[in-house]
Amino acid sequence: MKSAAKRIYIALIVLFLYAPIGTLMVLSFNASKTRAKWGGFSFKWYIALFQNEEILRALANTLLIALLSSLIATVIGTIACIAMTGMKRQAKSILMGITNIPMLNADIVTGISLMLLYISLGIRFGMGTILLSHITFNIPYVILSVMPRMKQLNPSTYEAALDLGSSPINAFFKVVFPDLLPGILSGFLMAFTMSLDDFIITHFTKGVGVDTLSTKIYTEIKKGIKPEMYALSSLIFVTVLTLLVLINLSPDKKEKK
Amino acid sequence: MKMNQRFRLNSIFVLLALLTVISLTGCTSSVKGVNGQVIVYNWGEYIDPETIRMFEEESGIKVIYDEFETNESMYPKVESGAVAYDIACPSDYMISRMIENGMLSEIDYEKIPNAKKNIGAEYYDQAKGFDPENKYAIPYCWGTVGILYNQTMVDEPITRWEQLWDEKYADNILMQDSVRDAFMVSEMLNGFSMNTLDPAELEIAKESLIRQKPLVQAYVVDQVRDKMIGGESAIGVIYSGEAIYTQQENPDLVYVIPEEGTNVWIDCWVILKNAPNKENAEKFIDFMCRPDIALINFEYITYSTPNVAARDLIEDESVKNSEIAFPDLSQYDNLETYVYLGEDGDSLYNELWKEVKSY
Amino acid sequence: MTSNKKWLSVPYIFWSALFIVVPLGMILYYGLTDRTGAFTLDNIIAITTAGHAKALRLSLLLSLISTIICFLLAYPLAMILSQVQMKRHNFIILIFILPMWMNFLLRTLAWQTLLEKNGVINHLLTFLHLPAIKIINTPAAIILGMVYNFLPFMILPLYNALAKIDPNVINAAHDLGADHLHTFTRIILPLSIPGIISGVTMVFIPALTTFVISSLLGGGKLLLIGDVIDQEFTRTSNWHLGSGLSMVLMIFILVNMVLSAIFDKEGEGSML
Repeated sequence: MKSAAKRIYIALIVLFLYAPIGTLMVLSFNASKTRAKWGGFSFKWYIALFQNEEILRALANTLLIALLSSLIATVIGTIACIAMTGMKRQAKSILMGITNIPMLNADIVTGISLMLLYISLGIRFGMGTILLSHITFNIPYVILSVMPRMKQLNPSTYEAALDLGSSPINAFFKVVFPDLLPGILSGFLMAFTMSLDDFIITHFTKGVGVDTLSTKIYTEIKKGIKPEMYALSSLIFVTVLTLLVLINLSPDKKEKK
Repeated sequence: MKMNQRFRLNSIFVLLALLTVISLTGCTSSVKGVNGQVIVYNWGEYIDPETIRMFEEESGIKVIYDEFETNESMYPKVESGAVAYDIACPSDYMISRMIENGMLSEIDYEKIPNAKKNIGAEYYDQAKGFDPENKYAIPYCWGTVGILYNQTMVDEPITRWEQLWDEKYADNILMQDSVRDAFMVSEMLNGFSMNTLDPAELEIAKESLIRQKPLVQAYVVDQVRDKMIGGESAIGVIYSGEAIYTQQENPDLVYVIPEEGTNVWIDCWVILKNAPNKENAEKFIDFMCRPDIALINFEYITYSTPNVAARDLIEDESVKNSEIAFPDLSQYDNLETYVYLGEDGDSLYNELWKEVKSY
Repeated sequence: MTSNKKWLSVPYIFWSALFIVVPLGMILYYGLTDRTGAFTLDNIIAITTAGHAKALRLSLLLSLISTIICFLLAYPLAMILSQVQMKRHNFIILIFILPMWMNFLLRTLAWQTLLEKNGVINHLLTFLHLPAIKIINTPAAIILGMVYNFLPFMILPLYNALAKIDPNVINAAHDLGADHLHTFTRIILPLSIPGIISGVTMVFIPALTTFVISSLLGGGKLLLIGDVIDQEFTRTSNWHLGSGLSMVLMIFILVNMVLSAIFDKEGEGSML
C-alpha cells in the first residue's frame, strides 16, 4: 500500500514535468499553424521539417556546439577539479566562487559581457565565439559534479600505482579516472543539456548566419513559432527517450528472468 | 555488471555523436556565390526564403541571412561592429536613431531603380517622419496598430481606444507589452502626440495606463495573435499585418483603426555605413523591390507592402482592396509615425512604463 | 604529484580569468559609469526607486515561494528515489534532465496552452464537470512556471545527497531504538544538508534572475527584477542601468556563496 502511494507520487511529479512536452507533441500533429486551435490531425509539419534546410542546419549547429562545448568543458573542468584538490583552502574557495558566477549570473549579463570581451579582443564572431561562451558556462556544471567524486577518491591507490612503476598518466587513467567517470559523465550530460537550451548568450555571441535551434525559435516569435519546431522537438525527444529506455532497461529485464 | 554499466554510459556518448553526425551529413552547404556575398539582417520570418534562393540564382551573389527579434536587440549587434552587416531592416524610430548616430549609408537610387519606380510616393512621404529627405531608407513593409475584437464577445462594435477603458471588458483586454505601443494608445486616448516629451502630458498618459491596468487581462507582444484566435480575450491591440492571418483562423475577429488615430509603422531596408558589399546590397534591395518578388513576400508574411506595382498584381480582389491590408491613408488625418526620442526621452518613457508595470 | 597539480590548475585559472573575471570587470565598469563615462553610483542606487525596489521585493518573494515548493515536492521524491537500486542511478537522473532538452521557450508556451481560460486543463475539468481553474496571468502561474523550470535542479542534488547515505547507518539507528521521525531529523536531514544547499542555490538564484516566465505566464502584469534588467539591455539599450542593477543581484549571489561556505564546508553538495 505504501509503495503504491510512492509510485503515485513519482508518477504525479513525472506527469507535471512531462505535461508540457506531451502538449507540444500533440501540437506537432496539429494541422493548424496556431497553437490556439485544433485544425485536425496531420503529418504535414514533419514533412515540412525535412524539407526545411535552415532548421536542419540549425539542428546540426546546435548538436555540434553542444557536443563540442560539453566535451571541452568536461576536459577543462575535470583537470580543474584535479588541480583544485592540491590547492590551498582559501585559493580553492575563491576559484570555486568564480566558477559559480556564470551559472548564477543572469544570462543576459553573461551574454553581453562576453560580447564586449570578444569585441575588445578582436575575435571574429562565428561558431568559435559561441563555442567559447558555451564552454564557459558549461564548466561550472562539470566541476560541480566531478568535485564530490574527487573528494571520495582514495589518494593512496594512485600513489600505489606509481610505486608499482606506472607512469603518472597511465596511473591516472587506470586508477583515478574510472572512479571519477560517473561524475564526469553526469557533468557532461548536464553541460550538454544547458548548451542545448541556451538562447541569450548565444544570441549575443553568435556570428552572422550561424543559428542554433534556440536562436531560430526566438526569432520566429514575432511571426509565430513554426510548428516544424514542435515536430523537431518531439522527434529529438522521442528518439532520445526511446534509445535511453532501451539502453537502460533491456539488460535489467533479462536479469529479472 | 561493471562492464555492463560502462557499456551503457558509453552508449550515451555514441548516441550523441551519432545524432550530431547524422544531422551534419543531412545538410549540404548552399551554392557558393560567384559574385561575392551580401549579409542581410532582418526580422525573423520576415521574408519568403524562396525569394532569397531566387536572388542567389539570378545574381550569383551568396546571401548570408541573419535574423533578429526586436529593433533593440538588433541595434547593439550592428553598432558594436561584431559582425559587419550590409543590409538591415529596422523600424522607423530605430532608423532615425541610426541616422542620428551616423550608422547608415546614403541610398543611390540610380543603382536601385525598382525602389522609386514601384514603391508608392505616399510611403516615402510617410517615411519623411524619420528620414526627412528619404536619403537612407526604402520601405519594405508597413502597417498600423489597431484593435482586434471578437464580435461574439462584445455587444457593440469597438471603434475607439476609449473602449479599452470600459469596465465591462474587464479581464478581456490584451495590451501590447512594449513601451511605445502602450503609451501610444494612452496618448491617443488623451489627444496627445505619440512622440510627446512633455512631462505633464506623459504623466497623464501614465495615469491613464495605471487606471486601465486592473481591466487588462495580460500585457503581451506576440501572444495577442494566438490568444485572440483561441477566444481567450475579447479585445486586443495588434499590428494590422497579423489581422489578416488571425481572421483567416477565426472569422469572428474584426480589425479596426481607432477613431482617435494611431501609429503607422514602416520597416525599411537600409544599407549600413560600413557595409563591406555595398554594390551587392544595392542589387539585393533592388531585387526585393521587384513587383513579382514583393508579391511573393507579401503573400508569405501578410504584412502590407508599400510596393504599389506588387499590389496591382494581386489576383484576389478581396485582398487587393482589403481595408486592413491597404487602408487608404489619406482618409485619416491622425496617423503618426514614431520618431526616435533621444536617450533622455527613451529613459523617461521607460521609467514611466516601469511605474505602470510595477504599480 | 603536488607539483604536477599546480601546473594543472594553470589552464583553468587562465580560462576563468579571461572568460569570467574580465567580462565581469566590464560589467562593473558599465555599472559604475554613466553615458559620458564619468563615475557614478546612480545605477546601483537606482534599485531604491519605487519601481525597482518593488520588482526586487516581488522577485525575492516569488523565488522564495518557488524554492520552498520545489523543496517540499523534491525532498520526498528524492527519498523515494534514493531507495531505488543504485544501478538505475543514471536512468533516474536522465528522466529528470530530459525535459530540459525541449527548448525552454517552447515548454513555457506549452504551459500557456495548458493553463489558459480555454486551455487544455480547463477543457478536461469541464469535461469532468469540475469547476474551471483560473491561474493564467496571476502570480500563481509565475510560481508554477518557476517550479516547473527549476524543479529538476532541486531533485538532482537532493537525490544525490540522499543516495549517498549508507543504509547501514539508518538501520543502525533503527536498531538502537530510534523511531522514523528521529532517524529523519537526527540522521537523514543533517546528512542531506549539502544537497539542500546546492538545490536551494540552484533554484533560488536562477528564479531570482528569470525573465520571460512572468511575461508569458504572468500576463506581464507583475514586473520582476530579471525582466527589468533584461529590458534595460534589450529594449531600452541602457546598459549602464542594466549593469548596475545586475550588480545588486550579484550581492545575493555573494551572500549565497558565503552561506554555502559556512554550511557546506566540504563542498559536497553536488548537482548530479
